[in-house]
Amino acid sequence: MLNKMTLTMPWSGMNKLTLKPDLGKKLMVHAVLLTYTVIALFPILVILINSFKSRKAIFNDPLGLPDASSFTLVGFEEVLARSSFDVFFFNSLIVTVLSLFFVLLFGAMAAWALTEYRFRGALFIAALFAMGIMIPIRLGTVSILQLMVDLDLVNTRTSLVLVYIAQGLPLAVYILSEFIRTIPKELKEAARCDNVSEYKIFFQIVLPLIRPAMATVAVFTMIPIWNDLWFPLILAPGESTQTITLGVQQFIGQFVTDWNAVLSSLTLAIAPVLVLYLIFSRQLIRGLTAGAVK
Amino acid sequence: MMTHSDIRKPFPWHILVFLGPGLLIYLTVSVYPLLDTLRLGFFSEDESGATFFVGMQNYANLLFSEVWSEPFWNALKNNLMFFVIHMLLQNPIGLLLALLLSSPRLRLSGTYRTLLFMPTMLSVVIVGFVWQLLLSPLWGISEDFMYNIGLGDYFDAWLGKEGTALVTLSLISVWQFVGIPMMLIYAALLNIPEDLNDAGVVDGANSWQIFWNIKLPLLLPTISMVSILTFVANFNAFELIYAVKGALAGPNFSTDIMGTLFYRTFFGFQLQQGSPTMGAAVATLMFLIILIGVAIYLFFVQRRIQRFQL
Repeated sequence: MLNKMTLTMPWSGMNKLTLKPDLGKKLMVHAVLLTYTVIALFPILVILINSFKSRKAIFNDPLGLPDASSFTLVGFEEVLARSSFDVFFFNSLIVTVLSLFFVLLFGAMAAWALTEYRFRGALFIAALFAMGIMIPIRLGTVSILQLMVDLDLVNTRTSLVLVYIAQGLPLAVYILSEFIRTIPKELKEAARCDNVSEYKIFFQIVLPLIRPAMATVAVFTMIPIWNDLWFPLILAPGESTQTITLGVQQFIGQFVTDWNAVLSSLTLAIAPVLVLYLIFSRQLIRGLTAGAVK
Repeated sequence: MMTHSDIRKPFPWHILVFLGPGLLIYLTVSVYPLLDTLRLGFFSEDESGATFFVGMQNYANLLFSEVWSEPFWNALKNNLMFFVIHMLLQNPIGLLLALLLSSPRLRLSGTYRTLLFMPTMLSVVIVGFVWQLLLSPLWGISEDFMYNIGLGDYFDAWLGKEGTALVTLSLISVWQFVGIPMMLIYAALLNIPEDLNDAGVVDGANSWQIFWNIKLPLLLPTISMVSILTFVANFNAFELIYAVKGALAGPNFSTDIMGTLFYRTFFGFQLQQGSPTMGAAVATLMFLIILIGVAIYLFFVQRRIQRFQL
């Protein structure tokens, strides 16, 4: 259909032979992609715009943008007044940052040990880490809770950080190992001839070289931690240790009829992730398309 | 004079320092709990909290007893359905979008990629609520939309009905995660050399033939990897059902999957008493299901595909 249409378009006459089939096809591709983009973004946009509207406008004109008469921040004020969003946000932030730091540090160190040195059991340990990529840590929850009770860590952010380090390590070790293998031998051998210690080789030569891969691992590790509901629900459900995902889940459960507050809390929970995503999307997409998770 | 073999190497402390911290945490918080859970599945608990060995009793209960078997098979069936819908929709749509995104000289492809992947970034909890609001007859956004395209009479409270709730939740999950197969397949498409396409064009193949005879065979390893990732994620899912339907996975357990069954069995809910050992048994069965899926992938699919590539 579109192919035929382009034939009659005056401006396609210029270079009929090359443009004719191409343009129609291109329009089709854009039409499908654009439609799907709308499907992907519409729900998010509806929530964002309605969180800035008065209750009446939310119901009468759900798809309209907020204007002078319908704009209000009452939802946000309610959320901030009635729940400890700042505390939840801080908890999520600290848990995510700490977990991320240790996943990257311990992950890179383990990847280096496993790829650089020959020692008994290296293959077994590598296989053990590899299994963690496929087998979800969640299946061990019963014993993890038991362990945290024994260590007196229930309702602490430490328990979450420990679990997330264990959860993030397998993929980190895998991706970083692949990357460390590409570092030229000569570099390390030269350093060893100069009697540079193994620690210095790792921290001053290897770590800076694998920074791009570290960024990829960081993005892949960060998102599931920030978004997790399962472990906060089980290990740290207390008011003072709740993460933002759990906080939003519980807040909405309580205020389900207060649409302003519900929409605003959703917006508050979506916004940080979207901002983070827009900043790191290039890194994330590069990581995915570089075949880092093959 | 010392010969070479006389030199005793000092203990390689640096290996221990590098490997130690990560391995220690991984072993204590991931490997040990997983093994301990498998062990706990063979135990039961009395009122005082003391555990004793009961052999296969928990599994026998789960699979065959009157009280347990019905929820278990129901959850397994629902979970299979959840997985099948993902395989039928999420991965083909992802493939289609990847093919379109990889069309040569496509303008704005970077922007499309970024935007299409956005829902995948959001917490499942948020996604669940967003769709709950959108599909709510109270708000009427979906209802109005259906009327506008002339299908108003078909609008229903899909999330609230036994017959449609699971399918609706699966579709929501497909909406969210379609970005993952899209990206992985897109990456694989970028790695297919241009020459192959050109050769096809020179031989007079149309786009469909090029896709079917050149691209698809080369994409098979990626597609099978996407499938196993989908399988593991689906049989480990919990958040979406819990966020939208609560731990009871209503209406009448029609949206109950292995994850929610595990949660209820472990913690108990309302009238049901929680049991760690019974929860461990459910987790063990989930473990076995996932292990079987991964084993099939590793031993049959991946091996065959590699041979096929040669």
